[in-house]
Amino acid sequence: MEFEISGDELVNKVEELSGQNIFSCYQCGICTGSCPFAAEMDLGPRRMIASLIEGQVEVLQSNTPWICASCFQCVVRCPNDIDIAAVSEALRQMTQRRGFDHIDLSHIPAEERERIPQIAFVGSFRRMTR
Amino acid sequence: MSAEPRIGVYICHCGTNIADNVDVQQISKFAQGLDGVTISKDMMYACSGPSQQEIMVDIREQKLDRVVIAACTPRMHEPTFRAVLEQAGLNKYLLEFVNIREHDAWVHNDRDAATEKAKDLVRMGVARARLLRGYEEKEIPVGEEVLVLGGGISGIQAALELADADYHIHIVEKEPFLGGTMAQLGLTYPTLDCSTCILAPKLSQVERHPRIEILANSTVESVEGYVGNFTVTVSQKARFVTDACTSCDKCTEVCPVAIPNEFDVCLSKRKAIYKTFPQAVPAAYAIDFDTCLNKSNLLVCERCMEVCEPQAINFEMLQRTTRKLHIDTIIIATGAKPYDPSSIAEYGYGRYDNVITTLDFERIYAPTSPTDGDIIRPSDRATPKKIGYIQCVGSRKPNPALHQHPYCSRICCMISIKQALVIKSKIPDAQVTVYYMDIRAYGKGYEELYERARRAGIRFIRGLPGEIRENADKSVTFIGEDALLGRMYSNRYDLAVLSIGLEAQEDSRDISSLLGLARDTDGFFIERHPKLEPIDAPVMGIFLAGTAAGPKDIRESSTQAKAAASRASQLMRKGVFRKEALTAEIIEERCTGCKVCEEICPSHAISVDGVAHVTDALCAGCGLCTAACPEDAIDMRHYTDAQIIAQIDAALTEKPSEKVIVFTSYWCSYSGADMAGTARIKHSPNARIIRLLCCGRVKPEFALRALEKGAGGVLMATCHPGECHYERADLEARKQYELLKGILREAGIDDSRLAMEGVSAAEGKRFAEVINQLARKVTVLEPIPAKKLDIARQKLQEHKKDLQRVI
Repeated sequence: MEFEISGDELVNKVEELSGQNIFSCYQCGICTGSCPFAAEMDLGPRRMIASLIEGQVEVLQSNTPWICASCFQCVVRCPNDIDIAAVSEALRQMTQRRGFDHIDLSHIPAEERERIPQIAFVGSFRRMTR
Repeated sequence: MSAEPRIGVYICHCGTNIADNVDVQQISKFAQGLDGVTISKDMMYACSGPSQQEIMVDIREQKLDRVVIAACTPRMHEPTFRAVLEQAGLNKYLLEFVNIREHDAWVHNDRDAATEKAKDLVRMGVARARLLRGYEEKEIPVGEEVLVLGGGISGIQAALELADADYHIHIVEKEPFLGGTMAQLGLTYPTLDCSTCILAPKLSQVERHPRIEILANSTVESVEGYVGNFTVTVSQKARFVTDACTSCDKCTEVCPVAIPNEFDVCLSKRKAIYKTFPQAVPAAYAIDFDTCLNKSNLLVCERCMEVCEPQAINFEMLQRTTRKLHIDTIIIATGAKPYDPSSIAEYGYGRYDNVITTLDFERIYAPTSPTDGDIIRPSDRATPKKIGYIQCVGSRKPNPALHQHPYCSRICCMISIKQALVIKSKIPDAQVTVYYMDIRAYGKGYEELYERARRAGIRFIRGLPGEIRENADKSVTFIGEDALLGRMYSNRYDLAVLSIGLEAQEDSRDISSLLGLARDTDGFFIERHPKLEPIDAPVMGIFLAGTAAGPKDIRESSTQAKAAASRASQLMRKGVFRKEALTAEIIEERCTGCKVCEEICPSHAISVDGVAHVTDALCAGCGLCTAACPEDAIDMRHYTDAQIIAQIDAALTEKPSEKVIVFTSYWCSYSGADMAGTARIKHSPNARIIRLLCCGRVKPEFALRALEKGAGGVLMATCHPGECHYERADLEARKQYELLKGILREAGIDDSRLAMEGVSAAEGKRFAEVINQLARKVTVLEPIPAKKLDIARQKLQEHKKDLQRVI
């Protein structure tokens, strides 16, 4: 996929949207070490931040911001007070603003639709679609 | 001096440095025409030997009584020319130094504009020179008595240095025994030699030294006075054991009280009569009266007394005795405190048996430990085979919600590496893993130790655990991410060791208020200058040693302690201390004794007894009192109101609306302007810089005077918040600034003419930007109607009257 944004623009945009100082990160790893979903993520919170610092625009394709449940475990333990959940949210917004939804109702099989709790259903669509 | 002054003006070419951009000869001719100038010359290099000679000859032959040098920054050559004046028989305070290089020739492209500015600067210099007065510097006698506050390694090192140089030392230690944290350690890095083995000889040297008095169990109650003349009140808790004690240890065998031993971080028990370790100093045992049964006469337990053969135990001692010491210099060696990680819930310290700190571990493996140096884990006293370390516990956590500390504690990396090697040598098949975010092995021999640890099979994993979980068998599991390999880990350990940092002592606030010292946001004492005066406290005659000023290891603490001893001895060896005459002067007939000055003085130099008195030895010259005094009853020596007003008037003689009067602080913004020069950062030639020691000196009247004389704008260039050379003078300066802003607004005057900006000594670029911005803005404004200025003046008077009434 082509990205119409440079690495510098990306990190500036994410900082603007999230209100976080991404460059204060030490890369200590406490966030990923605290994340209940880290095993499911391709990058995990620490590498998501590292990718931003290094201007890796591929981070926009990562599954990490989408798996992030905003449980704030990383946020409360971050030594530098970075709201990593807000960074995830910023990355999700950037994808959505480019016209992409992360989930599509028609792709969810009918029987699964039955099983998903309503609140999860509504929550997912609120977070992952425009 | 009522006669017309005879001023000599010397304009320096500085080779081509100044002359390329300023018409030096024109300035010299111009100066000749100024009031009070007897002789004016330009010189190729004013600082050269022949030029200095020429100036001296002129002073004598022309009977000059003032000298103005227009050259580089006074930071460079003011001392040179002060010496020239003194050699020629003039008081050094009769020199005025005008900076036409850094502040002019180097920062402007337009030669005409730079020449015009140089004219103004010289005119300002001459105007001030006319009003200069000579001052005798006070000589304060300094004797040979030293107070060393704190008996840890830093205090011990400083005390021994000074005692060996024949000074008299009083060590005040709040604990019953000397040695501090170092006494608790097992081995020391990077050489892995035993801590007690290198500390104990020092301790006995201190105890034997005829010129060292140890005041253990003691605290300082009050400190009054100044360098050479401190009166220190020390309060000593009774020890109940006299020097007759032979350390036979029979008393501890019979003492029925057993309480957790703080020295062994509560891993063992001690009695109410005790000694922390065999080589402890003072050698006499001590009775901890808070736990001794013989306390409230409810139960008379005198078992220790009964078995004591030398009859060293005396329950009749006074609970507390106070003494007054006459002290000349003070060394602060109060140390730091190991961080307590109990509040970090995810690591479970205090809840999980087998999570301990590096200090706890020192008390486990140390030769003097309760296990005699055998490594065990607390839950079952078994030998741990898998041990995990977590670095940066309590350190490098700027997030305020975590209640840890933002700084690196410097010692924890090496402590963990040291302990890991100790484990490897005592339990060869042990696996030790250190979880870190950065390893800082910065000292001599430290990197080598780190490499040795890696070669010894100690694993270093980058990525701090998110949490520790306790398992059913009391082992613990670290959960986190290996950041280098990018994969999650979940590793089980028999024992977890949290590598804790250092934090400021709980009583550092009390000590700072006793001595008038400043602390940084972390509670550590601030040095006079972070780089160039890292030993001196801001108060003359007080020096800092060891971790009281920030985390340090033993080697660095010793270095600073010995340096502190050297600084103290330098002061005492001369026997006198010459105080610069830059001090506040009370105009007694105006003083109403309102105490505003006493409260505002950051140096505690003013006391009010009917009228205010200034203790010259303490006055640092910031000038806050002069600006705050509602009666205008305080002036500043060498930076007098009259001199400052003369400079303002001189600067605004021609085309005032184009000029910005810039009040600068010598320690920050003045040097920032110098830095703009050194870096040749060109900026607007409209600034007319007035050098003060601190912008706290700026009275609202000065700024108003500038506006009345038609100045386009006024800038107070201060330090950045928290960087003040005088503790908090910047905040007081801001109050004066806000007051004047309010007055201008009330009078209907555009208050953007007045600005206050922080410029540090390193910020040449920022200085240039600030000047450009203000010059662009204010020099295009319409002149202020005289009526509005009258209103402003009136409002200021009313404000002062209100202030007087309130008081």
